Amino acid sequence: MPLTSRIPGLALPWRPIAGDAPMAIATVGEWQWTEAARLVRECGGRLVALWGSDRRDLDEDDDDRAFAVHAAYAIREGLCIVELLVPESKPSYPDLSGLFAPATRMQRALFDLVGIAARGASDTRPWLRHGAWPEGTHPLRRDFDASSLPANTLTDYDFVRVEGDGVHEIPVGPIHAGIIEPGHFRFSIVGEKVLRLEERLGYVHKGIEKRFEEFTVPEGYRLAGRVSGDSTVAFAWAYAQAAESLLGVEPPARARWIRALMLERERVANHLGDLGALGNDAALAFALAQFMRLKEDWVRLSAEIFGHRLLMDRIVPGGVDADFGAAQAERLVGQSHAIEAEVRELRHIFEEHAGLQDRFFTTGRVTPELARTLGLTGLAARASGQSNDLRTDYPAVPWTEIGTRKAVQSQGDVAARVNVRFEELLESLRLVRAIAVGTPAGPCRTELPAAAPGALGAGWVEGWRGEVLVVLEAGEGGRIRRCHVHDPSWQNWPVLEHAVIGNIVPDFPLINKSFNLSYSGHDL
Amino acid sequence: MIRILRQIVKTGLVSEPPPRADQTLRQRAPEIQDEVLRLLGRALTIRQVDAGSCNGCELEIHALNNAYYNLEGLGIKFVASPRHADMLLVTGPVAKNMERALRIAWEATPDPKLVVAVGECGCNGGVFGESYASRGAVSNVIPVDVAVPGCPPAPIAILEGILTAVSARMGEGAGP
Repeated sequence: MPLTSRIPGLALPWRPIAGDAPMAIATVGEWQWTEAARLVRECGGRLVALWGSDRRDLDEDDDDRAFAVHAAYAIREGLCIVELLVPESKPSYPDLSGLFAPATRMQRALFDLVGIAARGASDTRPWLRHGAWPEGTHPLRRDFDASSLPANTLTDYDFVRVEGDGVHEIPVGPIHAGIIEPGHFRFSIVGEKVLRLEERLGYVHKGIEKRFEEFTVPEGYRLAGRVSGDSTVAFAWAYAQAAESLLGVEPPARARWIRALMLERERVANHLGDLGALGNDAALAFALAQFMRLKEDWVRLSAEIFGHRLLMDRIVPGGVDADFGAAQAERLVGQSHAIEAEVRELRHIFEEHAGLQDRFFTTGRVTPELARTLGLTGLAARASGQSNDLRTDYPAVPWTEIGTRKAVQSQGDVAARVNVRFEELLESLRLVRAIAVGTPAGPCRTELPAAAPGALGAGWVEGWRGEVLVVLEAGEGGRIRRCHVHDPSWQNWPVLEHAVIGNIVPDFPLINKSFNLSYSGHDL
Repeated sequence: MIRILRQIVKTGLVSEPPPRADQTLRQRAPEIQDEVLRLLGRALTIRQVDAGSCNGCELEIHALNNAYYNLEGLGIKFVASPRHADMLLVTGPVAKNMERALRIAWEATPDPKLVVAVGECGCNGGVFGESYASRGAVSNVIPVDVAVPGCPPAPIAILEGILTAVSARMGEGAGP
């Protein structure tokens, strides 16, 4: 495997970033910033994340102190991070949303948090700033003063209005009619058909990235594991990778296998829950009862063996804080077989159920072409013909030993997303068995050296929803200077707006569930 | 259809007995009179509000609705509107962007009402604490009757907190 990744056709001063996948970073000028984006787009690469940071305190002597904006791209060669320094006197950078649709909201969030703007962007409405902090202040700036904030005054939001005969609006949320995270959906409809859906998110913004600055590099995993509770393993693992990459250490082999075991257990738990909920949203309550029972069995064994139902705080920088013995391996294998038999039976029931299939087929369709254009990622993208999966694209231990089969469908509707879940669920059950019996003996943790100020690390993990990226920078005294955490929901929320067009309002919950995106992971 | 029936029969009943109330979880003296609680305790409707959680608590509240906990068998039901609810089950920390919505939901819940804060963040702000974007504990925003610690608390602990809130008297472990 090559040690570095680079964008073909553009000579840049790449600095490799240690990690399981090939990763590199390069500092560029404005022309190269745009050119890099264009070349990535041309070779079929994707924008993984976009974030900013305040560097003004690092070059006090300079006349023109700087911010930095980073774009992380995935191409065949690996992960390429392009860094552009943005002077304080002119705090803007060239817009990327023309080349990568998902950049739009990331750029709006970046402005809210850091105060540097995308030059030429058409949508500049606030995104995460609802009024908790006033216009003109930016929480991720070093000189942001949280102690002197005025009272929380909610600001109006400029929704796009759809005009025409018989068009009316249905506003939904932020509190939804169920046990769901909060967000606002504005439907413009005619009769029961959706003409347009506009999302407004950011309600559960709780200052995660600023909060990271209060922890040291070895401590940050607990916060990372709570970016999105349903992906706690994926985020904790990506964080641990980033910390290890930054500190220049490698986890022991046994820890890698146990981490993978937990990641697959998290995937199984979420797919079981989603399949039940999808059946329920199509009026098959039986499916919810059955799948939720299986999920409960599943998480109870996780609690018994690893000490936590959702596996929070088990993955730590340097290794894992959990282990299992031969008797427990046997139970993991036994449970996996038992659940597989039940899942296969339930899949038969799904497939033979005319009412269910009628609701699933052609509903909430995202064609492969639309998926490519809009930058759909993860599980939803694999249901729309996009065959990216970090576990197979840049395989590391233990995937190199046990392999993994990618689940790809092309019709892009709810049925396809259900099928991908079934396929991945069955494959993950196999992986759980393979890891339970194949995990090598040895230590579970390694010692961590002190973090050098300015050191950078990155972690990149295929969670159940899609790719999770953590980029970590150390500051003075081992503290975290900047930690950017990216959930694939950033890419997929805007695609949901397209998926519902032309569908009927009552199918929205079903379509929404088939994506099952994170609010917390997005709002940060 | 035959497959569905076969699966239901094969599964059988999996429900487990409910926990007892735990008065140490109580945050303040009950405002609701015993008689009302005895009635409420037999048919309790709950509106869940995520005021800023990481969604870990939501996973466990969902799990509480699975067959093992037989919630509806205890007369407890989650409802879609705070206007139909006797209790708000709130997860936190309270994001500042959710503060107003939480207050509105609380005001829309008819009196007498109960509030149960769920999870470490709902109890004290948890790992997120109080910040420019977070108000921390639910009790910083609305009055809380019972707070359930844990990150996230297991379904059985959440149920214990709910049953404590509707238990008839301080110091008495009676469930509904």
